[in-house]
Amino acid sequence: MSNLITRRRLLWSVPVALLAVGGIAVAKMMQPPPADLDLSLAKPTEQGLYTASVEPGLSPITVGTMHGWVVQITTPDGRPVDQASITVDGGMPQHGHGLPTEPDVSADLGAGRYQVDGMKFNMPGWWVVNLSVDGPAGPDTVTFNLVL
Amino acid sequence: MRTSTVIVAALVIGSAAAAWWTLAKPQPWTEEETRLVQSLGLASLPPLPADPSNAVAVDPDAASLGKALFFDTRLSANNKVACGTCHLPDRQFQDDLPRAKGVGETARRTMPIAGTAYSPWVFWDGRKDSQWAQALGPLESAVEHGTDRAYIAHLIEAHYADQYAALFGPLPTLDAVPDHASPNGLGAVLEDWLALDESQKDAINRVFADVGKAIAAYERTITPQPSRFDAYVDHLAAGEDTSGILSDQEEDGLRLFVGKGECTKCHNGPLLTDNFFHNTGVTAVPGLPGDLGRSVAVEQVLADPFNCLGPYSDAGPGDCAELRYLGQAGHEMIRAYKPPSLRGVASRPPYMHAGQIATLGEVLVHYNTAPAAPDGHSELAPLNLNPTELAALEAFLGALDPIEGQP
Repeated sequence: MSNLITRRRLLWSVPVALLAVGGIAVAKMMQPPPADLDLSLAKPTEQGLYTASVEPGLSPITVGTMHGWVVQITTPDGRPVDQASITVDGGMPQHGHGLPTEPDVSADLGAGRYQVDGMKFNMPGWWVVNLSVDGPAGPDTVTFNLVL
Repeated sequence: MRTSTVIVAALVIGSAAAAWWTLAKPQPWTEEETRLVQSLGLASLPPLPADPSNAVAVDPDAASLGKALFFDTRLSANNKVACGTCHLPDRQFQDDLPRAKGVGETARRTMPIAGTAYSPWVFWDGRKDSQWAQALGPLESAVEHGTDRAYIAHLIEAHYADQYAALFGPLPTLDAVPDHASPNGLGAVLEDWLALDESQKDAINRVFADVGKAIAAYERTITPQPSRFDAYVDHLAAGEDTSGILSDQEEDGLRLFVGKGECTKCHNGPLLTDNFFHNTGVTAVPGLPGDLGRSVAVEQVLADPFNCLGPYSDAGPGDCAELRYLGQAGHEMIRAYKPPSLRGVASRPPYMHAGQIATLGEVLVHYNTAPAAPDGHSELAPLNLNPTELAALEAFLGALDPIEGQP
């Protein structure tokens, strides 16, 4: 009896395996981003020197549309960080290319808020946007994930 | 027969049948696929974006003048070449040739015009940033129209003075301007340009730019037309029955287009182009001068006096974001070219930026095998599509042709 069950398990594994292989093939086709991707738009910087949050000026963000983001930098205890120097880059980790534009800070909006213009994403899929922040506490970086 | 043997046989047959059914029958689209498919339909195309650099972009009188200029062969060195000589209206505004033939032969394939008002960059390498700036390039190309801006200004004065004045104000006095003069000319044409004073140069440049703006106003009216694919997308979006709009093979091809074929990496959005630049390892044409694509065009567009930020642009402060945030061309822009819109692609061979590939089937083989680039690095990786899948993709691309009776 136990022998038969083992065989049955073995036999059931045929369609299960077929489905699994099919599933992997489909997954590869669609190139999904990692399942545990952190999509939050506010988070501490890598070294914990600041907290950064971003507000894309386009909701939802669409492929190919130039738009701006507002970036807010605060200390870990929530006080605004003024006169920070911010640079922006990014790209698609699964495709190995960068952004199609060179976004830049176009205005210091005060109260730790900065206007970044020139944001554009030319493909659907998983994008990362890296901010390098240099303020009174020193340089730090933070990465935001987006899925278009 | 033992029970276990029967079970094995039943399961194997069942699995095989399930696998066959999976491959042979159209499957419902997943939510992600539906979203992607819908994003490619014309219904997702936004209204034409404004061109703040061209004050007459939407003026019907400008479009009327532009259309006359577009088909006027007097705008050429031999009186035989107009824009419409290579951009044939009944051929999707292209010429079916590997490389365009004006007064000589160019090094690039003629591009179709429909939808270029949506593109931030024009030409295969994007060395112009508007339709009007683009229109000026061929006029002064020695192998296309073979003219120069002073000649064009005199021609406007002789044949279009009233229409011009109604749109742009009175023409400047050109009495002291020689017949031919241009900073892009050679020999006497260049010398005569250099001998002009700054106000004369500026006056000629302004008339020349206005000619481009009128032609752009006409080109702006050339828009992509619906295909069977768009009808399919409309039905899909409305939750209606899509059967019979595409053949099973075309539907298989669409599934590959948004999936395993990875086509939407670059051919995305309702115009099926990302309007950016990619090295896809297309071979160089023997005998043509070296061509580095986008990597040299970035400097050209930044230096172009007819760009969005230049003195002949009508743009205000805050406009021209594309040019402002263009950045520098990195290594990946070597031999990178713009993906053309795939609308109508099946009926306009040959393909690629210099007509290197004769048929659509061979283009798909190129993407499937991903050959190394002659310079720079190809972004492609082999797709491992089988002949059935390649045939399905090709069939799907045929469904992007404008519906019968439309240009």
